Amino acid sequence: MDILLEIQQAVAAGKRVEVKRLLEAGLQAGMGARALLEEGLIIGMDIVGSRFKRNEVFVPEMLIAARAMKEALALLEPHLIEAGIKPKFTAVLGTVQGDLHDIGKNLVGMMWKGANFDVIDLGVNVPPEKFSATVEERKPHVVGLSALLTTTMPAMKESVAKIRSGAFGASVKIVVGGAPVTREYADEIGADGYSPDAASAVDLARELLNA
Amino acid sequence: MKYTDLAISKPSDLLFGTAPKPLTTRRGMVIGGGQVYPELNFTLPPMEVNAANMPKIREHYAQIIGGALHRAAELEANGVVIEFETLPPMTEHPEWGLDIAKILIEGMDCAWEKYKLPTVFRMTPNDNREFVRPPEMRSGYYFENMLRLFEGAAGAGAELLSIESVGGKELHDDALINGDIAAVIFSLCSLGVRDMRFLWSELGGIAKRHGVHCAGDTACGFGNTAMVLAEQRMIPRTFAAVVRAVTAVRSLVAYEEGAVGPGKDCGYENPILKAITGFPMAMEGKSAACAHMSPVGNIAAAACDTWSNESVQNIKLLGGMAPTCYMEQLIYDCRLFNQAIADGPNEARLLQKWLVKSDFGFDPQAAVLAPESVIRIARAIVQSPNHYAAGRAAAVEAVHILREAHADGALKLAEREAVWLDTIEESVEALPAKEDDFIAEQLAMADTAKFRADQYGL
Repeated sequence: MDILLEIQQAVAAGKRVEVKRLLEAGLQAGMGARALLEEGLIIGMDIVGSRFKRNEVFVPEMLIAARAMKEALALLEPHLIEAGIKPKFTAVLGTVQGDLHDIGKNLVGMMWKGANFDVIDLGVNVPPEKFSATVEERKPHVVGLSALLTTTMPAMKESVAKIRSGAFGASVKIVVGGAPVTREYADEIGADGYSPDAASAVDLARELLNA
Repeated sequence: MKYTDLAISKPSDLLFGTAPKPLTTRRGMVIGGGQVYPELNFTLPPMEVNAANMPKIREHYAQIIGGALHRAAELEANGVVIEFETLPPMTEHPEWGLDIAKILIEGMDCAWEKYKLPTVFRMTPNDNREFVRPPEMRSGYYFENMLRLFEGAAGAGAELLSIESVGGKELHDDALINGDIAAVIFSLCSLGVRDMRFLWSELGGIAKRHGVHCAGDTACGFGNTAMVLAEQRMIPRTFAAVVRAVTAVRSLVAYEEGAVGPGKDCGYENPILKAITGFPMAMEGKSAACAHMSPVGNIAAAACDTWSNESVQNIKLLGGMAPTCYMEQLIYDCRLFNQAIADGPNEARLLQKWLVKSDFGFDPQAAVLAPESVIRIARAIVQSPNHYAAGRAAAVEAVHILREAHADGALKLAEREAVWLDTIEESVEALPAKEDDFIAEQLAMADTAKFRADQYGL
């Protein structure tokens, strides 16, 4: 079987030891780090993401795959650095001010990392000023805002406005999510996209970034 | 373990409206004394809670209490529990929360004078301790302000004190999404139990000083988080159902420390606690659809003593403001329970049978709430020598209940759900026999960035 195909399947099944063995075999066979990453590991995570969206697996199974991906990336990292390969996209992520809920946000972060985004996670209860300052400093491709409470939705609106007031933030792609959030609300507050769940957040970010 | 036997040992005795140890309120409501009472909870529409908005916020709460209790009087309600579950800034700034509590109490006094409508006030401040990461559980700004609000509200007339406490939640969220039953038991039965002992002894002191009651806690941040994640197909429903059984061990500690009920509405583990303690319990189900989806809308009512809507925003509906409409809905629900009770035990049990059977087969989370299941889980808990062993026993008993129900066709389970029963049981059986060994094992794996063992006395 094609080694890249084997890597995809091993990642999707969360077989950590197998993934590392296959990566080493690929490297020894002279395969490039980019191909192993983009045509092996990332596609493996896409497979498990698709299974999740089709209700075939649960998050714990997806996390096992993510851990296999993480360990594989650590193994591959020196080769990626040597080849000058960096994550294509940077994302800033956080739960808005006044809100401590972070399960959804963490899952989005995990899915974005699985898609090889460099994720800057600001945590929970993040003030609008911190979102804006981070966006101006780190110049991400996409920003993800999460809120679970109806009473913290105004903080989401305020965060979007604050980000938009910055020179870089004016045009950065912003996606929002959380139980009370809707596509209409995303439009109303000036976000670029709304994701109903963590798995869809990868597709949404890729769509917005034409990736 | 304080409770070593069951207060209710027969499933047929675990019934709505009746508890072995009812609670009599200052205005003569006897909760668990043969009637179910409506319990109304409400919140603001989307708006910021800050000093500038407080005049508008006061208006909202005055409108809520006036409208809802007027409707209750019109419909000749037998009595009403009013729960004020604050929003986080109202606990962080206790003067705001107390301000609103007084508005609500004034509205309740007014309804008593005007309509002779008996009411009782449940005060539920937020557990904001997790605003500091890792959480500071036993001191500090958030802890002190939370206690200030409890103290102020108890002095102002809050007769029932409750909270959705969060001790252990900083590890439990990850335990859920990892499907890790060992970490669930550690969060709930080692960390949660230790935090509950500390917190509820503090609350007990406040209650004693003001002559009010510690009502009870809820594992909302644990069991209901699992329920929501299961509903979103993130974790298996079987896993969420087992987590529910384990949450009872944690919530039980409030009663071990002196709480007397009614247990807080969103604690779906409450029927288990009623069987163990004999105290009355609040529950919520179909009439809380305004707040969140649940797969236990009918079965949740099987053993309720107050019946709640969980929370509804103060927004305008065709029938009036939403809290007023939900007051009406709860009153009609309670009329049905109370008519069944009035017609006799067989009639009440018939209604209960329909409440149970109409949900049981659809979801494992419902199946563990059937009176037969509740008694089995409760018995497994009280027969255990300590809370850690009780958590393991509750988990295994829940697995057995679900496996049996699935095998005899009473419970539908997808294959990808059913396989988790074996996974859970194997994981629990592999746990160390002694809690000290278990704690050492879990501490070695815990994310120290999220959690401080010293905050739990470990």
